[in-house]
Amino acid sequence: MTAAEKVLTHPMAKYMRTDRLPWIYCPGCSIGIVTNMIARAIEKLDIDFEKIAIVSGIGCTGRVSGYFKTGTFHTTHGRSIAFAEGLKIANPELEVIVVSGDGDIAAIGGNHLIHACRRNIDITVVCVNNFNYGMTGGQFGPTTEHGRYTQTSPRPLGDIEWPFNLVKLAASSGATFVARWTAVQVRRATRSIERGIAHKGFSFIEIVGACPTSYGRSNQLGDGVAMHRHLLEVADIQNGLPPHEAELEYNSRIVCGEFVDIEKPEYTEVLREAQAKMQQQKRK
Amino acid sequence: MPERIMFTMGDVACAEGALSAGCRYFGGYPITPATEIAEWMSRRMPELGGAYVQYEDEIASITSVIGASWTGTKAMTATSGPGISLMQEAVGLAVMTETPLVIVNIMRGGPSTGQPTRGQQGDVMQAKWGSHGDYQIIALTPASVQEMFDQTVQAFNLAEQYRVPVFVLADETVGHMRERLVIPDEKDLKIVSRKKPTVSPEEYLPFKADEDLVPPMATFGSGYQFYATGLTHDERGYPSDKEHIQIELITRLSDKIRKNSDKIIDLERFQLDDADIAVIAYGTPSRSAKRAIRMAREEGIKVGLLRLKTVWPFPEKTIMDLAGEVKQIIVAEQNLGQVYHMVRAYTGTTPVRLMAKPAGMPQLPHEIFDVIKEVA
Ligand code: SF4
Repeated sequence: MTAAEKVLTHPMAKYMRTDRLPWIYCPGCSIGIVTNMIARAIEKLDIDFEKIAIVSGIGCTGRVSGYFKTGTFHTTHGRSIAFAEGLKIANPELEVIVVSGDGDIAAIGGNHLIHACRRNIDITVVCVNNFNYGMTGGQFGPTTEHGRYTQTSPRPLGDIEWPFNLVKLAASSGATFVARWTAVQVRRATRSIERGIAHKGFSFIEIVGACPTSYGRSNQLGDGVAMHRHLLEVADIQNGLPPHEAELEYNSRIVCGEFVDIEKPEYTEVLREAQAKMQQQKRK
Repeated sequence: MPERIMFTMGDVACAEGALSAGCRYFGGYPITPATEIAEWMSRRMPELGGAYVQYEDEIASITSVIGASWTGTKAMTATSGPGISLMQEAVGLAVMTETPLVIVNIMRGGPSTGQPTRGQQGDVMQAKWGSHGDYQIIALTPASVQEMFDQTVQAFNLAEQYRVPVFVLADETVGHMRERLVIPDEKDLKIVSRKKPTVSPEEYLPFKADEDLVPPMATFGSGYQFYATGLTHDERGYPSDKEHIQIELITRLSDKIRKNSDKIIDLERFQLDDADIAVIAYGTPSRSAKRAIRMAREEGIKVGLLRLKTVWPFPEKTIMDLAGEVKQIIVAEQNLGQVYHMVRAYTGTTPVRLMAKPAGMPQLPHEIFDVIKEVA
């Protein structure tokens, strides 16, 4: 191997389908950073890579699963959690990670998200929130801030709806581990993903990211570098803050941290107990 | 388990058939008239170490079934009309990712919520064409409680063999009727399970088919790496927008059913050998038709029944041959004519009379008898 080749091999490349590169992401997009976070969290935890299942839905973030070199599944729009639940329940030995975008998981998949939180099934959801539907060209979604411009909330109107705060949504629906970071807080976010994977129960980690191509351009937020710099400036780390106070105002303050980390019976374990109970009763 | 005899309803027989076939995952959402399947599963699944999961809706139910199937577990869902409409998105995903699963549709009156407690054979075309794009589907049409059991086992076998979603299309009457059910001894049941990869993980191409057009299926956690997607993909599973990849893929997905249709299609011929008139029916109306044929035979009318135990793939060749053998065909179905149009496509100049009934009560024997007499 020449020196040049050595430099070109990324330390996380062993987890990736490098034969699929270059990938589809735009320059300046946060999704690549988040993919790296997930790979590093897996590495840090030293879990058997073969026991990991990575599942995604549709959209730019939905393509993340396909770049991982493990069992990966790219489901239909919004259905990644439903697929992941079937997987985890049928084989609880699997470490199931869902990677999704905000439109995918909070709009069309919103129902599945809240019910998976409620069940407290041991799945880790990493959601890249870039406030819009990037892949279809930048339309408003359930996290788009009121008044923001997108391809379907044009000037001078802006978005007439009000956004979900995903941290509040997940926490109030019963998720037992909830965190939010921005794409520039790589080390902290990676640690939360690690904790989320290790956590026995439903983990929801929101990573506020930049979509310079669509959302950034519509709202004149600058290029990828400018958007990421902005995220660093407005991030307000408040670990342990009650989740209902975890505000997100893109211009001024994005509250980051781990807000929920509690224990509650996990679905697949409860199911196994139920099976034992039923079998015992039948033998009697 | 040794042979068991029950007096029970079609829905329960269907659930027992699934369990006998090895189903250990049920994802569903309660809906009349399929609810008894869910209820039975919620008791029986945990006894057998399987999972009954009640989801928030039908979309989650079937999508979770696809997930469960990719762990190597045999999995199913059951629903009715409006629920089937919701599941169509995932039917396409299962077809495209070649996921074995069974979908039971206890058909009720429609459109929309229609008549929940009344039967109709309203979803025959939906089973065939409900999802978007070009594909083939397998759909079985039981007509008795025993067949609800037998054909559910068969549905699992076909799903596993061809890596496809398979429908059990039963009308409400069959789902809710009570009859004697014989559950055979385990060792007397023929159970098929999907092919597993035999090559090393390094050599494995998840969507490279064998000669039978079906690729061996890896599972999550087995050491085989794969990427499965609903997007058009090559043999590696990688997405592609190339024209030839799309053509090759959808042709193969279709051919693995089409080219094996002789093996898949299941029919019953009743008093057809010397018949001048043939009745074509499936599900509950076929039972009335049998009675009507006996009545007509007593009056010397040469009439017989072709009972479709599978509606998809469609028995094109049999219908063509039949059209050459008889002078008149009657199609009796509990809708405004769904199979009728399929029959018409293969009968040339032989006249075909539709006996439609888009209502809760299926055709009664004397109603079919009257039509037979009219055309005789
Ligand atoms: S459209 Fe936006 S989210 Fe999608 S890859 Fe480009 S920058 Fe990223």
